[in-house]
Amino acid sequence: MNDGPAYGFDTLQIHAGARPDPATGARQTPIYQTTAYVFRDSDHAAALFNLQEVGYIYSRLTNPTVAALQERIAALEGGAGAVCCSSGHAAQIMSLFPLMGPGRNIVTSNRLYGGTVTQFSRTIQRFGWSAKFVDTEDLASVEAAVDEHTRAIFCETIANPGGYISVLDALAAIADKHRIPLIVDNTSATPYLCRPIEYGATLVVHSTTKYLTGTGTVTGGAIVDSGTFDWSETDKFPSLSQPEQAYHGLKFHETFGSLAFTFHGIAVGLRDLGMTMNPQGAHYTLLGIETLSLRMKKHVENAIKVAEWLERHPMVTKVTYAGLPSSPYFSRIERICPNGAGALFTFTMKDGYEACVKFVDSLEIFSHLANLGDARSLVIHSASTTHRQLTPEQQKAAGAEPDVVRLSIGIEDPDDLIADIDQALAKSAS
Amino acid sequence: MSETYSDRFLMDILEEVTTFACVGVSGNPIRPSYFVARFLSLRGYSIIPVNPNYFGKRLFGSEVRADLGGISVDTQVDVVDIFRRSEEVPSIVEQALDRFPSLKVIWMQVGVANQYAATLARDAGVKVIQNRCPKIEHQRLYGELRMAGINTGIVSSKLQ
Repeated sequence: MNDGPAYGFDTLQIHAGARPDPATGARQTPIYQTTAYVFRDSDHAAALFNLQEVGYIYSRLTNPTVAALQERIAALEGGAGAVCCSSGHAAQIMSLFPLMGPGRNIVTSNRLYGGTVTQFSRTIQRFGWSAKFVDTEDLASVEAAVDEHTRAIFCETIANPGGYISVLDALAAIADKHRIPLIVDNTSATPYLCRPIEYGATLVVHSTTKYLTGTGTVTGGAIVDSGTFDWSETDKFPSLSQPEQAYHGLKFHETFGSLAFTFHGIAVGLRDLGMTMNPQGAHYTLLGIETLSLRMKKHVENAIKVAEWLERHPMVTKVTYAGLPSSPYFSRIERICPNGAGALFTFTMKDGYEACVKFVDSLEIFSHLANLGDARSLVIHSASTTHRQLTPEQQKAAGAEPDVVRLSIGIEDPDDLIADIDQALAKSAS
Repeated sequence: MSETYSDRFLMDILEEVTTFACVGVSGNPIRPSYFVARFLSLRGYSIIPVNPNYFGKRLFGSEVRADLGGISVDTQVDVVDIFRRSEEVPSIVEQALDRFPSLKVIWMQVGVANQYAATLARDAGVKVIQNRCPKIEHQRLYGELRMAGINTGIVSSKLQ
């Protein structure tokens, strides 16, 4: 749809979605702290409620600050549009909601953030949905898992925490063959390192809490639609292809074409699920994204230095970072995420669980907490925290065994990070 | 294969034209073509609806014509906006070029494209847009879609 000039990433991360404020000329996007918006007249109100015109009605649906962020993320991912929501977990539900129904399933990579494994293996069953977990290294098993009730394939670009890079184009080809969308969680890569739509993804989801905001201040999520999927080609996606009774029988795909998924996300998803991002949160994330490329370069540089140092340490048996030549996925970087393999990785300690716990407790710069993608370096022992609710088999599949520590490398001085790890490793042995 | 059109090209057209003849427009308020014509009418464009199924009725303040032949040759038609299947486009374009010598634009809606008809119109000095929607382009170029998180592709430091 957009035939305008193509701007570079560094320009879009500052400007996309954020023209000067039309009311005041304010150059930074204002925080529109309002719940509702005045209609011009009753006809205007009716047209907005009928989706005949686009405009602000109520901040559960749309808000000018949030809209600026949505457009910016859509532009950076190369999508047609985006819907923001309250968290990355909300984004996952919002991405599935228009596709699924009772008895429908998704085929998903088993290399996922632990919270996602729980959401997909347990919580979505309450809706009558289900997930089939597969090893995406075995494409035949992915293909075999797809059945007539499958409505999407799901994976993470750089799987958290296993240091695994998904072969997006191969998964997209399988999804395409079955006329279902590929949904990619691009949180730990960010569009600076990888744009999944270029590899055939239909939908991209984010926890904007992480690198996009980059400051560990707010939680948020986003769903980006490529705008390229033909929702009406089969009868698999009635929410998008069939009449929507709540809008007088309007058919979203027929009416909005490449914008259908985005409009549905607002007009049905946010309207009825209510997982709305607040404008203050959107403001922090807009500020964060302005420096995304600069931060990601530094995150990746630091991660490589720390990972290389750790790999040589006698107390460390393994470092699972795709940015190291020792990684079986190293060769994928150039093709899938040419700007780097991210800054999130794990390492295995020779002395097991107790040493891991002692190491984590001894760090002075790294913060022990359950987050990633912050400007500051973070550490967590996944097996006792984020992946605690998983079975040992699920922990292993996710790369979160008891002797594994996860690091999210920040943008501090890398020598200081290495010194901190060094002293903590020494203490863990004592 | 799809053509691309610069933002300037589209804006020039949207700012220069005043009258759209909408061929195949529906009178059913939940049909996409009704959305488009209604929107254009609200934005100040004159709409001449063309659809034999609604012949004689009134839509968007104007009488519905059965075909382009029902529009007087004295009427200034700037844009013929086509909501018909691609294979039906040539006969519509031929009739339009024949009937409206000062026609400015042949606009084919999303999903509609016909290279033969496009060449015919361009050879006659008429601008052609294929597989695009004037409502979406207007909403994109003039800021409305910004309200819905759509990637408008527009970067600007100017006050709107």
